[in-house]
Amino acid sequence: MAAEAKQQILARIREANERAVRGKETPVPRDYVHSGGLDAASREELFIERLREYDASVTVCASAGLASTIGVLLQDRGWKHVIMAAGFPAAALPFGFEFRQEAEVENSDLDACDAVITGCEVAIAVTGSIVLRHGVGLGQGTRRFTLLPDRHLCVVRAEQLVETVPEAFALLEPFTNDPLTTISGPSATADIEMTRIRGVHGPRFLEVVLVR
Amino acid sequence: MTVRVGDAAQAPPFQRAALPLLEDSQLRKNVRHATGVIQRKRALVAGELSDWQQLRAAASAIKQQTLRHLDEYLLRFEAACVAAGGQVHWARDADEANAIVLALIRSQNASEVVKIKTMTSDETGLNRALEAGGVHPYETDLAELIVQMGEDRPSHIVVPALHKNRSQVREIFREKMGLPGLGDRPEDLTAAARSYLREKFLRVPVAVCGANFLLADTGGVCIVESEGNGRMCLTLPKTLIAIAGIEKVIPSFRDLEVFLQLLPRSATGERMNPYNSIWTGVREGDGPHQFHVVLLDNGRSGILADAEARQTLHCIRCGACLNACPVYRQTGGHAYGSTYAGPIGAILTPQLQQMRHSQSLPYASSLCGACYEVCPVKINIPEVLIHLRGRVVEQSGLSAEAIGMKAMAAVFSSARRLEAAQRLAQRGQWPWVTDGWIRSLPGMFAGWTAVRDLRAIPRQSFRQWWRERQHGR
Ligand code: SF4
Repeated sequence: MAAEAKQQILARIREANERAVRGKETPVPRDYVHSGGLDAASREELFIERLREYDASVTVCASAGLASTIGVLLQDRGWKHVIMAAGFPAAALPFGFEFRQEAEVENSDLDACDAVITGCEVAIAVTGSIVLRHGVGLGQGTRRFTLLPDRHLCVVRAEQLVETVPEAFALLEPFTNDPLTTISGPSATADIEMTRIRGVHGPRFLEVVLVR
Repeated sequence: MTVRVGDAAQAPPFQRAALPLLEDSQLRKNVRHATGVIQRKRALVAGELSDWQQLRAAASAIKQQTLRHLDEYLLRFEAACVAAGGQVHWARDADEANAIVLALIRSQNASEVVKIKTMTSDETGLNRALEAGGVHPYETDLAELIVQMGEDRPSHIVVPALHKNRSQVREIFREKMGLPGLGDRPEDLTAAARSYLREKFLRVPVAVCGANFLLADTGGVCIVESEGNGRMCLTLPKTLIAIAGIEKVIPSFRDLEVFLQLLPRSATGERMNPYNSIWTGVREGDGPHQFHVVLLDNGRSGILADAEARQTLHCIRCGACLNACPVYRQTGGHAYGSTYAGPIGAILTPQLQQMRHSQSLPYASSLCGACYEVCPVKINIPEVLIHLRGRVVEQSGLSAEAIGMKAMAAVFSSARRLEAAQRLAQRGQWPWVTDGWIRSLPGMFAGWTAVRDLRAIPRQSFRQWWRERQHGR
């Protein structure tokens, strides 16, 4: 019966197309903007502006100062129970803090922790987006890793930042079967009277560290 | 085969269904407020992109190309999805889809499922079928939860509960969640939903979702959302079942670079929605152990056979045409009696049912063209409406009126003629306009304005404006 359904649907589609396709096939016009025109500094500025519009916090630091910047952030926010994504470089983490490893935690730990730390695959300035590739050991976590906690600290390196959506897709190829998540600000809804409320189910706080 | 679109076959004609709704001033206020907010935000962020028209043209061409080879793209999707560990099922109609989903849930010995908002499952009446089969579905999208708990119907394809305001939502949650002290700030209501649902996400073993895009080259699926309830359902339960119309397939992963620019800006007026999930089959150690896709026809292949109207299948369900429609803004979604309201509902619902039901819907429009101007995939809804009016009349026996409709269809059949018609209409309508609202119209529209006022056709159509802009005037 299942095979019959498939064959019938395909037959109907073919019949419909024989009847109703008009004109010659023309290539898809792809003359939309592919790469942006901003220099690195303006691109970073735009990214920061967009993130702040989404209520995300942004801290900028130099590569050499990443570990101490993360240390100051954790101290300021009072975050003690922090979990790092598998494959996140230990050298980027400050001394004097204890970090649990992704591999050793359960859902309940993620639910209860103060924050998780990940890197990212690519970031998009125009839309203020971060793209995570959930491959093994990429330092970006599994999908639930950045979903169950209330706070997500994400390190974005300047060379991962592009201006436009098509530029990001160009970097995501060649495609692998790794799941992808794009994150644009904290979880939010506007379902009640179009009032934007953040943190319905995903993290309420997105903390981005941009490394120049 | 019996095609079903929610309860559309039993719904009263639009003109009749609209009357009591037009008397409900609270509902009209809620609808006007919500659509007004989204419309303004949409206009801002769409206007920001200098290549908006090029993106629309690309999206429209991608969808045309997909439909031309729909059989091949579906087979390609199936092969790639199966290679990645997913399973693909084919359903000719609503009942077949519901039966497949129910059997899959039963095979997991589950009596509950969590659901992400899917209009397709509303179309098939899945919740009712599950309950009849002893399975309780929990809607997890905030608006869908409001609709489900309020025993209501969705009234908008993107914001299904936009006809309810905060105090109405509070009443529903107070009663159904047993929270007598619940406040009515949107924050309170959202927090109540968060704690109510989190336990379900962690416990319920099966999730049901729709799909925004099926990727033929990779076998991947893309879901676009805001709240994170989608990500919860996609990653925590052991079994995931997606139900998707056959027109949801697009040729390649790379095509998302077009649609993920158009969809959020058109749907919610955001540059990007908070979360997009793209996954392929199953992944050990991350997400469900079993993943199923149910490909649903339910009348779609019939729409494909109509050369003029097949563009209906380009729709990416952004809801922009609802927000822009002067008729929808007056009546809200329930008057359409269908899962799909507004201009897209007016063309999709009767066609899915082979024009046998919902014949009043193609008349639920003033043909002002606002829907076409905002549509991110360039569906010429006024043209399709006129074409369908012709079909309705043909089915009921040819009349003088029908010939009039055919003439109208010819007028709309080319862009230049459409502009000419609009210009005529701009001039022609002035005698009936007061303050930009049309109170009564002669001839074929008369039945319409008997129901309610229509917004006047703007003096300058978008096409005119655009052409003048391009000529630097
Ligand atoms: S018809 Fe166009 S504007 Fe309306 S919902 Fe579909 S894609 Fe959006």
